[in-house]
Amino acid sequence: MHKFLVHKEGDHVGVAIQDIHQGEQVEGVYMDTDRRIRVTATDDIPLGHKIALVTLDEGDEVLEYGTRIGVARMPIHVGQHVHVHNIRSARW
Amino acid sequence: MDLYGYRRQDGRVGIRNHVVILPVDDLSNAAAEGVARLVPGTLSIPHPYGRLQFGRDLELFFRTLIGTGANPNVAAVVVIGIEPAWTRRVSDGIAETGKPVVSYSIEGHGDLTTIQHAARSAQKLLQDASELRRERISLTDLIVSIKCGESDTTTGLASCPTVAQVVDRVVDAGGTVIFGETSELTGGEHLIAARCATPEVREKFQRAFNAYTAMITAQGVDLLGSQPTQGNIAGGLSTIEEKALGNIEKTGTKPIVDVLEPAQRPVRPGLNFMDSSSAAAEFITLACAAGAVVHLFPTGQGNVVGHPIEPVIKITGNPKTAASMGEHIDLDVSGLLRRDITVREAGDALMDILARTVNGRLTCAESLGHREFAPTRLYPSA
Repeated sequence: MHKFLVHKEGDHVGVAIQDIHQGEQVEGVYMDTDRRIRVTATDDIPLGHKIALVTLDEGDEVLEYGTRIGVARMPIHVGQHVHVHNIRSARW
Repeated sequence: MDLYGYRRQDGRVGIRNHVVILPVDDLSNAAAEGVARLVPGTLSIPHPYGRLQFGRDLELFFRTLIGTGANPNVAAVVVIGIEPAWTRRVSDGIAETGKPVVSYSIEGHGDLTTIQHAARSAQKLLQDASELRRERISLTDLIVSIKCGESDTTTGLASCPTVAQVVDRVVDAGGTVIFGETSELTGGEHLIAARCATPEVREKFQRAFNAYTAMITAQGVDLLGSQPTQGNIAGGLSTIEEKALGNIEKTGTKPIVDVLEPAQRPVRPGLNFMDSSSAAAEFITLACAAGAVVHLFPTGQGNVVGHPIEPVIKITGNPKTAASMGEHIDLDVSGLLRRDITVREAGDALMDILARTVNGRLTCAESLGHREFAPTRLYPSA
């Protein structure tokens, strides 16, 4: 059973649909193509929070819905919790 | 499912049959509430405004009060104000619909005499309204408003896509849908601009969005800390852009046919954008004043908003919210997260709830007595 969903192919983050625990290997599904992927979570990720699917450098754009949702405040690695501590709005 | 509603004198169609006791100003709340207590079954709509407002703010206030009384969910209105001129302005505005309206001003009479006369009128209007019967209507007749609240990431994954299914179906059937929330388009405003039906509509949209951005800048502040809200952040939303993209999911795929001022009545069937606040009760109050008769409200973390005369249907995709706040949730679509159901099936389920609500089933918010009436203010009173 998948534990996270990804809006679109090419997105940098998936969204947990159950609480995910650090060290857990979890399966996700791309909603536009039904493709499945597996990622090992390196943080606890609560339901509704995001998991990194790619490695990002500080200042990189973060894509969800195929669109920029902000920029990385610091390097982000695959499997990390992605939230206000490591990304910020590009608007204000 | 067949739909049944109340066709009013001006041809518009309502799904409720309220007799409203409408105070023009804060001072008249006590009398309005007194009438509603004496004549159970009528509904007073108290609010804190209506004194020393001026200019555009006053115009919006009148448009909001008149539009609320004129809404086709209302069968008849008793207007009560402190002084005669503004009272008459509100009752004359509502009377243009052809529905029964009476008005009373308190100055020179006092609360008790006013209540006595107004209550006698309210009783008669209530008895007359009770004889009105629903007739067959169609989706074409409906004005539906949409706005989400206490959003989280499940909003963009499940509840907003479900609402989008219904929005597209209502628009395809020739009905009218109003969305707004100018501030919560930030980061996705280009997606809305691209869907505007004509260059003229696109220019109106861009002007409204830019004016809002300029207003924030003029205050010398940003919205960090209020957009996204603490509830949004707890639910996993990290930035205004992410919140906006989830929000925009609910607008479906149809072109945007017009851009409305706050509380302005739509004249073009299809998807209309209203320049408006993103605060839940304020937006629903503005949409109702524009003539919307039913509201679809996706929520993630569990907003409990309702409105006195426009029923609010709540949809959540968050399984924790569905379990912990079930008395507020009309439709649970968390099956979309587990992929137990398709978005089309979720849309079918919401169409069914919509039809039952149109036909008279009380929403969760109605049954719990949520009657948030929150007129938007543009600036302080004199």
